[in-house]
Amino acid sequence: MASIVNQNAYASALPNFRNLGIVLRILVIVNLVAGAAAVLKSASLGDTWRELLEVSIVIQPILILSLLVLMAASGALQRLPYFLGAAVVIMVELAVVTVVLVFGRPLLDAEVAPIERYWVLTVAMTLALLGYFDLRGRALSPALAEARLQALQARIRPHFLFNSINAVLSLVREDPRRAERALEDMADLFRVLMADNRELTPLAREVELCREYLNLEQLRLGERLKIDWHIEKMPGDALIPPLVLQPLLENAVYHGIEPRTEPGVISINIYLAREQVHAVLKNPYRHDGDHHGGNKMALGNIRERLALHFDAEASLTIKMGDSAYQVHIVIPYVTAKS
Amino acid sequence: MTADAAPLAVMIVDDEAPARRRLRELIADCAAEMPLTVTGEAANGRAALEFLAEQSVDVVLLDIRMPDMDGIELARHLGNFERPPAVIFTTAYDVYAIRAFEVHAIDYLLKPIRATRLREALARARAAARPNAEALEALQAKARAYLSAPERGRVHLIPIAEVIYLKAELKYVTVRTAEREYLIEESLARLETEFGERFIRVHRNCLVAKASIRTFEREADEGEGHWVVLLNACDERIAVSRRQQHVIRELTG
Repeated sequence: MASIVNQNAYASALPNFRNLGIVLRILVIVNLVAGAAAVLKSASLGDTWRELLEVSIVIQPILILSLLVLMAASGALQRLPYFLGAAVVIMVELAVVTVVLVFGRPLLDAEVAPIERYWVLTVAMTLALLGYFDLRGRALSPALAEARLQALQARIRPHFLFNSINAVLSLVREDPRRAERALEDMADLFRVLMADNRELTPLAREVELCREYLNLEQLRLGERLKIDWHIEKMPGDALIPPLVLQPLLENAVYHGIEPRTEPGVISINIYLAREQVHAVLKNPYRHDGDHHGGNKMALGNIRERLALHFDAEASLTIKMGDSAYQVHIVIPYVTAKS
Repeated sequence: MTADAAPLAVMIVDDEAPARRRLRELIADCAAEMPLTVTGEAANGRAALEFLAEQSVDVVLLDIRMPDMDGIELARHLGNFERPPAVIFTTAYDVYAIRAFEVHAIDYLLKPIRATRLREALARARAAARPNAEALEALQAKARAYLSAPERGRVHLIPIAEVIYLKAELKYVTVRTAEREYLIEESLARLETEFGERFIRVHRNCLVAKASIRTFEREADEGEGHWVVLLNACDERIAVSRRQQHVIRELTG
């Protein structure tokens, strides 16, 4: 019994200081607090700006230096037990504050408060931030995130399932071998759809899944569906959340190809640029198309899963032209080895 | 031989080629037990209507979701035929439509279709009531792509994008395109609700396509004069009633 409880309990961990989202949060929070302090210190509203400048002159170097040190030490800090790690972070902060004040004081015209006061403020601010990240970690903790991911898991359209079964049935008599291949594709697809999809998966595998899915759609739609692959520069080993690309392709077929009588092209462009994986999916699109609801749900789902896995480092943007619809996903390049 | 023994002429309308092939196979299976023949196939509603204008069939097996003209709209146009064929809808998954079919006792088959279910539906098709117009109108989720006008035993399809204005006259509504006029038996009020995005009411009896409006002009008469609409593709001048004069401001900004 106890072991079960322990497994579900949340283990506190230091934030990953190399994560852009974490760094941004620290910058914003500390500056907000500094701003609040400036407002409190100033006698009049006109005075606030000067106070803000004075506070900033001291705070910004401390902030930048701290972040640099923490970023460099992030790997080592992660390996320490939580409370030891937290203590080290506080020591680092105190050291940084001391260094900046001792070496910076001669450079500053402004009168600087006694160093002891800064030490107290530093410890309070660091504890507050660590507390915030711990709470945030708990809110997004595996147990909770797991439940949300389960609920969020991309669901395939029943429309596609039944139409595909129908298409396979139509092949059974005439082309049994093709029917076999189609059923194999369907089995693979549904295995992934029904699997536990919380772990990241290699990009190459997701692309394989997309191919199987598109084979099935091709069966139904014949030459109405044309696919343009540009994946020569794809980093196949990049890890991505599973079922990120397939639901987008399903949207592209449902909204871009099916409402047209003439053939349409879906283009898939995946490449690596500056340590980021880019996936750009394009499909034809007409403004008067219907069924907008389902579309937004799938996009919201993917956005949320990207955020749960990568925070602010991943993005999903949509460009809607007069005749084309484009989804652009950016994910940090992470591999199983790194 | 009685009339019942004549083979039932069936038409298949579905945008997916494999779905049409599957239905052909199933009909061939059923044909062993009842006289059946597939007399036509089409990949969308418009193509089906073109075919049916030339050749009559007893039953249409009709997919709901199709490009250009969907199954519900096709069934509505079929209502204008002198001898409309029986309609059996086929769909893979459409919760909303299925509920409506149940409510209005409209025949439908779920894909993948079983031979036995198909046989039962075909067996009662000849005698079955045709889906009624109001039920189909309620089922249509978006505006039709075409209007259909019956004329001397034929049915004309008028793409809604080509309509310049709709004018109510006694029992009928006149549909004006650049080429000619058609008469349809529909109510202007319902047309206004269905195509409200495309047309604007300039008079109690007239809806004008916004895209066809060239400009507004003030015409002198004995009184203080009145406004008329000048059109892009036809010379007629349409009077704007006093009550609807606010549309001039709305459209010209």
